[in-house]
Amino acid sequence: MNATALLSAAKDGILTGSVYALMATGLTLIFGVMDIINIAQGILVILGAYLSYALQVHWHIDLFVGLLITIPTMFLVGVVIERLFFRRLTGPERTGMSILVTYAVSLLIEGALNMIFSVNDVQLQGSYVNKSFAIGSVHFGFIYVAGFVLAVVLLSALYFMLYRTRFGVSVRASVADQTSAALVGIDVKRVSTIVFGIGVAVTAAGGMIYGATNAFNASTSYDLISRLLTIIVLGGMGSLGGALLAGVGMVFVGDMVGVIWSPVWSSMSYFVVLAVVLLVRPQGLFGKQSARVA
Amino acid sequence: MSKLKYSWWAVAVAAFALFPVVVTNPTYTAIGVYTLLFMACATSWNMFSGYSGYIALGSSVFYGVGAYTMALASIHWHMAPGAAMFWLVPLGGLVAVVIAVPIGWIALRVRRHTFVVITIAIFFIFQLGAINFGFTGGTAGLSLPFIQWDASYYNVPFYYVALGIVLVAVVISAAVRRSRFGLQLLAIRDDEDRALGLGVKVGAVKLSGFALSAFVIGMAGAIYAMFQGQIYPQFVFDPTFDVSVALMSFFGGLGTLTGPLLGALVLESAQQYLTVTYSNGSLYLIFFGALFLIVITFMPRGVVNFFLDRRRATLAAASMANPSPTPSAPSTPTPAARSLV
Repeated sequence: MNATALLSAAKDGILTGSVYALMATGLTLIFGVMDIINIAQGILVILGAYLSYALQVHWHIDLFVGLLITIPTMFLVGVVIERLFFRRLTGPERTGMSILVTYAVSLLIEGALNMIFSVNDVQLQGSYVNKSFAIGSVHFGFIYVAGFVLAVVLLSALYFMLYRTRFGVSVRASVADQTSAALVGIDVKRVSTIVFGIGVAVTAAGGMIYGATNAFNASTSYDLISRLLTIIVLGGMGSLGGALLAGVGMVFVGDMVGVIWSPVWSSMSYFVVLAVVLLVRPQGLFGKQSARVA
Repeated sequence: MSKLKYSWWAVAVAAFALFPVVVTNPTYTAIGVYTLLFMACATSWNMFSGYSGYIALGSSVFYGVGAYTMALASIHWHMAPGAAMFWLVPLGGLVAVVIAVPIGWIALRVRRHTFVVITIAIFFIFQLGAINFGFTGGTAGLSLPFIQWDASYYNVPFYYVALGIVLVAVVISAAVRRSRFGLQLLAIRDDEDRALGLGVKVGAVKLSGFALSAFVIGMAGAIYAMFQGQIYPQFVFDPTFDVSVALMSFFGGLGTLTGPLLGALVLESAQQYLTVTYSNGSLYLIFFGALFLIVITFMPRGVVNFFLDRRRATLAAASMANPSPTPSAPSTPTPAARSLV
């Protein structure tokens, strides 16, 4: 092991990890407000990537310009899914049911994507996708840097919304206690719908960057959702800061394992880290220790 | 359980036993084998996750462990290809139980939502391990001793062994449901903290239930490996399997005895049929997803519970109309009072 490998792993951790953190933030936000584990987040990322792909191939719209269309579209997809399936989902078995319902949604979208786009891998293209520059001995791919900047901008916007606006106060109140939030006049249902929309909308940006840096097809979503779930559990479910740190940390650990042992073990390392951390802290790094969990 | 119910079970078992006699087309008897394997797995999954409320989405770890046990044991012990290999089926189940104990010990330290995610993570550890370790044969998989039975009756022994496994699963699940242990699992589902306060050793109960559910699933995996003659890590450690058993149980009715059997019977046979007929996996994904969403929207407690609730409501209405000295059935049953179906 040498300094360059360490630097390179740190760079990947921050650049790629921030994009994972963005996708995981959507997931953890939805869980925090609604107690819903959205297993469909993986396939929605792929759907976002395919939307960018379709815009690029059929209308020659640049990937970043296309986000102006794909982000609102994915927001609407989220709102529709929430209205159709989660309004009715109430009661103590809500979280367990939400996993299965979102999985069924995920299967439905996967089947449709397979039929429309075939199962062959595609990757998003652009003049800038394969360009890179170097600082010292460390190389930076343009698309990775752009993904990092995009993730930082969107995450900052999200934090601003949550901590500096009136709507953000309603969201945080709903996270803290739904019943009390409703009692002081917050429309928890409306907050839930919008939060679900936002949580899904971030997949458009995450999916575009993911699709430009990886070849993908609909079944790639299994790999994605397992990583995203690992991130939110590791960070502590419902914790935004935890998702950010765990996203960066996960990619960093994976890269280090790849350099020290072999790349074949790098994806396994996340899950091992998760198991070890949970032995010590069952609630995750930043999770709240709740006395009674339904 | 009344005599009438026993006779319904006998009729169902007889119908399943006669199926390969009536239908001799190997395509359909193969569908029968897969369907029975899923009926066993869904029943066993429900015995832990349905009763305790801890949704496990990593059950294919046990299926895969059972399959690899069958493959490695038959290869390394140089077993003669043939019916003798069926003796390895219980071994597959036992190895799955042994593996389940440390997994359960780690995963059951946390409460429900996190448990789900940890079972998924553990599943990926096993899948990646099977792909990357040397002794599993990597992505090339393993070839079992080649069984040279004639194609016209190749499926039949597997069919009856699988039927036997289904019966084992049903007997275990029914026995657990009627025991003190089963009541403890149900108490954990309804209110874990209160169960703990009342003196239920929740940790030990959850771990025993989890390990017990691995037994049948491991045996099913062993039969699958022998039936296929060749296993690959991505097919025995399959994320779709994890969710299929859960969806099948929910479809039929979580926590009931017949629900998972019905769910697996309908969904697995439909999947196999669609795959054979249209050789298009995507169509099945759409069918499966849509069917599940429709059922969950209109019958949120599953098909079996839906009809049970309706029957109870009718009975309650009838007893309200004709008041009698005998105590009437409560119109909204408490979860612990759900009858054994």
